[in-house]
Amino acid sequence: MSQQSQEQPQAGVGATLLEKIKSATQFKTGLGLLGIIVVLSLSSEYFLTVTNLFNIVTQTSINALLAFGMTFVILSGGIDLSVGSVMAVASAVTAGLLTSGMNMVIAIIGGLIAGTGLGLFNGLVISRLAMPAFIVTLAMKSIARGLTLIYTDGRPISGFNDAFQFLGGGKVGPIPVPVIILVIVLTICYIVLKKTPFGRYVYAIGGSEEAAELSGIKTKVIKTTVFAISGFMASLSGIVLASRLNSAQPTAGTGYELDAIAAVVLGGTSLTGGRGGITGTLIGALIMGVINNGLNLLNVSSFYQLVAKGTVILLAIYLDRRSKQAA
Amino acid sequence: MFKKKSLILSLAFLLVLTLSVNAGAFWIFGDDDGQEKEKLTVGFAVSTQNNPFFVDMKKGAEKRAEEMGVELMVADAQNDAAKQLNSIQDLLVKQIDVLVINPVNGDAIAPAVKSANDQGVPVITVDRSASDGKVVTHIASDNVKGGEMAAEYMAKQLGEEGKVVELAGIPGTSAARDRGEGFNNGIEQYDEISVIARQPAGFDRAKGMTVMENILQAHQEIDAVFAHNDSMALGAVEALKSAGRLDSTLVVGFDAIDDALTAIKDGEMNATIAQQPSLMGEMAIEKAQTIANDKDLKDYYPAKLKLITKDNVQ
Repeated sequence: MSQQSQEQPQAGVGATLLEKIKSATQFKTGLGLLGIIVVLSLSSEYFLTVTNLFNIVTQTSINALLAFGMTFVILSGGIDLSVGSVMAVASAVTAGLLTSGMNMVIAIIGGLIAGTGLGLFNGLVISRLAMPAFIVTLAMKSIARGLTLIYTDGRPISGFNDAFQFLGGGKVGPIPVPVIILVIVLTICYIVLKKTPFGRYVYAIGGSEEAAELSGIKTKVIKTTVFAISGFMASLSGIVLASRLNSAQPTAGTGYELDAIAAVVLGGTSLTGGRGGITGTLIGALIMGVINNGLNLLNVSSFYQLVAKGTVILLAIYLDRRSKQAA
Repeated sequence: MFKKKSLILSLAFLLVLTLSVNAGAFWIFGDDDGQEKEKLTVGFAVSTQNNPFFVDMKKGAEKRAEEMGVELMVADAQNDAAKQLNSIQDLLVKQIDVLVINPVNGDAIAPAVKSANDQGVPVITVDRSASDGKVVTHIASDNVKGGEMAAEYMAKQLGEEGKVVELAGIPGTSAARDRGEGFNNGIEQYDEISVIARQPAGFDRAKGMTVMENILQAHQEIDAVFAHNDSMALGAVEALKSAGRLDSTLVVGFDAIDDALTAIKDGEMNATIAQQPSLMGEMAIEKAQTIANDKDLKDYYPAKLKLITKDNVQ
């Protein structure tokens, strides 16, 4: 049911393929991304180079991973404000295990468990105690940051082995490893959301939780799982970040939840849930990455960059709203 | 649905491809060959612009770059180590000649320094050093010299004789070590001046006060106090005030924080040693030019400090 509305809100029976494409939200954001790319290519000779394009995707990967998890949450009608802090927990735990001489795989699994556990806790409190996601994850944002500072004693944990550094800083041929991770995770998320009953339930709950409940979907389980996924993605993102920096910073990820939410919304996913998708989120994250990178290349002061970023988000939401009203 | 998406993707890919070919041709046949490249291009990755210290550092660099005809590109990391790595990658894409880094964190900056090394771009660090990677030179305040300056000022004010107290910072920190070393070297030059008490007070205002209270109990005659930072000096001022001995005691701090400057204006503190971030920025640009001229550099260049008293406080 809501599967219909997520992609082609007005595609009638007789609609041509072209019309269908035009109506896809992803197409519009994709066009926006291309527009920005064209402008930047014309303004900076350094923008459209292979190195720089790989730079952009690598830089985007951290936010994109967070935003993928956030997409699940927002599609189900929730929000997760704790991802920035959860990623710091995961990177600190992994870094701590690594520097205490633990095997790399165990260290990574340890970090993933820690972050996923916090996400699961979010989900359980939200679904079982019927508390608003906004408040629960806001509290978790503070708790997880505190836990990170306690665990690290406020100091960065640094100096990992080469194998671990490969995760965030290595390359396979010309392709940076974070880009490969990004593509793999994107594919999995796409399949889960579009091809599995679980994915359909997430959309259904976001469309109308009551209706989903009535049609026999175990909404509490699905909602809990969605937050656990977000915790898992945040952990993955934090671990890649620690590897890139060769250091787990106790303040890592501060404010990143807003960038992740912005990427999801820019990608055309409705903040009220039920409509949108993972490819849109990737495009949204790329738009933000491209803008950051482009403004750096154009030597624009960071103060203006913040204003520019906010303006783009506002503009995107406005255009999205307008096109929906027109439809 | 799957078809639609792949169509969009291939369209997008095609467009990007066309663009890159066009753009490539534009660069090859464009008229930007030669002359512009003569100008030295320096990338400056600053840790934050949300703190006056680093704003001054950036302004110093910008001023000197303009005077010397150096093209300067500044990237602000907003105190985020990940953001700093990203913006340094962006600077490297622009084929800068020299990279100046004021790291957010010495450990987390190492991958960025290494990627600059890989591309053969020489790196200068300012204020904080990098834990790994090849750095040509490091520019930071000369804390030893600052300690000496404090001792010299004190000796002059005391007429080269008297009893002084030293409030030390956290043992083991480089600031405490260097400032203490400089101060004691300076005081040793004067036979009639003796350090009668030397106590750590953790760079903390409250601790500075308690420690000073205890010292005041033990010593009836104290002519001057040197604290390794302004917070401890201000704590000592409180202790001296309640003991009624502030007027007869000289207080010298370090760092020139706003509260200390106010205290100097109000006559409660006598002096403080200020770092000169703007000078550090200027020096970074000068050293970048030296590198470009293929001249040798030392590993470390100390940035001069400045004595601030009632006469020059702003």
